[in-house]
Amino acid sequence: MACRIIVITSGKGGVGKTTTTANLAVALANEGYRVVAIDGDVGLRNLDVIMGLENRIVYTLVDVIEGTCRLNQAMIRDKRTENLYMIPTAQSRTKDAVSAEQMLDICGQLRKEFDFVLIDSPAGIEAGFRNAAAGADEALVVTTPEVSAVRDADRIIGLLESMEKAPISLIINRIKPDMVKRGDMLSTEDVLDILAVDLIGVVPDDESVVTSSNKGEPLTFSNSSRATKAFLNIAKRICGNEVPFMDLSDDQKGFFSSLKRIFGN
Amino acid sequence: MFDFLKNLFSGEKSGDVAKERLQLVLIHDRNDIAPEKLEALKVDMVSLLKKYLEIDEMGIRMELERRNKSVALVADIPLKSSQRQIRGRKKNG
Ligand SMILES: Nc1ncnc2c1ncn2[C@@H]1O[C@H](COP(=O)(O)OP(=O)(O)OP(=O)(O)O)[C@@H](O)[C@H]1O
Ligand SMILES: [Mg+2]
Repeated sequence: MACRIIVITSGKGGVGKTTTTANLAVALANEGYRVVAIDGDVGLRNLDVIMGLENRIVYTLVDVIEGTCRLNQAMIRDKRTENLYMIPTAQSRTKDAVSAEQMLDICGQLRKEFDFVLIDSPAGIEAGFRNAAAGADEALVVTTPEVSAVRDADRIIGLLESMEKAPISLIINRIKPDMVKRGDMLSTEDVLDILAVDLIGVVPDDESVVTSSNKGEPLTFSNSSRATKAFLNIAKRICGNEVPFMDLSDDQKGFFSSLKRIFGN
Repeated sequence: MFDFLKNLFSGEKSGDVAKERLQLVLIHDRNDIAPEKLEALKVDMVSLLKKYLEIDEMGIRMELERRNKSVALVADIPLKSSQRQIRGRKKNG
């Protein structure tokens, strides 16, 4: 299949870009695709720890760009699944260590070897974001259902459109069904009324996201929480499958889900 | 708790408030008209209008309004003399 290069971005910081990148990379690799995830957040690298690969870094993207090593020397193979690689970035450098042209060149090389290249973008609308997005064809915009995050998502969507990324799809992360039910949180429909993009997934706020990041083990490796299911569904939709959106509104505090929680879900 | 009571009495949910605020903020963002820019425009406009009309500066309202597929700048500029005229007409009629 022709390689698809997708940037995961948001505008506002801390809404779940890195979490999303890691989980989708694992999910797509488990579907049998050749996947590489790139940390595009120079100076604030996180993808390595979220994926649990921080102890295996020898070279970084910046080393490749500076000619210290070859591209494949900076690619860390994730041994927990087939065909999954991660390219870390430098921690002790600033955003200008990687230019848009260099990113475009790296993506061009990866295109020949992979089915999916996922790029974890830094927050913001400045150079860091622009460079991370430079090599991408498509974009996933992550937002939480909050005024500030949706506002920034709108800004980013405008910029991505002007950069001619297509398709641009939306992920609403950290939704709390009981708050939505009470009318105290923007609902999926509210956000879609406001942002002019297609929805590709809704991920509930879920403690399993935190425990998985504690362990450096993306949920989509094995976990069976609601957030896991949501990420698996997004991966399937990215591949063109029609997967109905989960009903998040059913009672999580019911008897059976309590039992399920007790027995380790 | 206070919020809860407030919601109960006002009947307005914070999710709805969020949506309304977002829609308004995005009208400004998308048209690149920050509220401070609108304020500056208002000041300029008032000084221009004052050359021709006696206007009630305190009563001026200016805002962006959503139409079906477009956005309009709506200004409501009361004139100082208008009240007297209306009262006068009423008396005579
Ligand atoms: N669905 C979720 N449920 C609970 N916690 C979540 C969820 N998604 C993300 N988080 C938590 O939110 C925090 C921020 O997530 P993450 O690092 O993925 O965001 P980011 O957008 O990459 O941030 P940055 O802009 O700093 O790069 C993390 O602590 C993560 O565990
Ligand atoms: Mg991040």
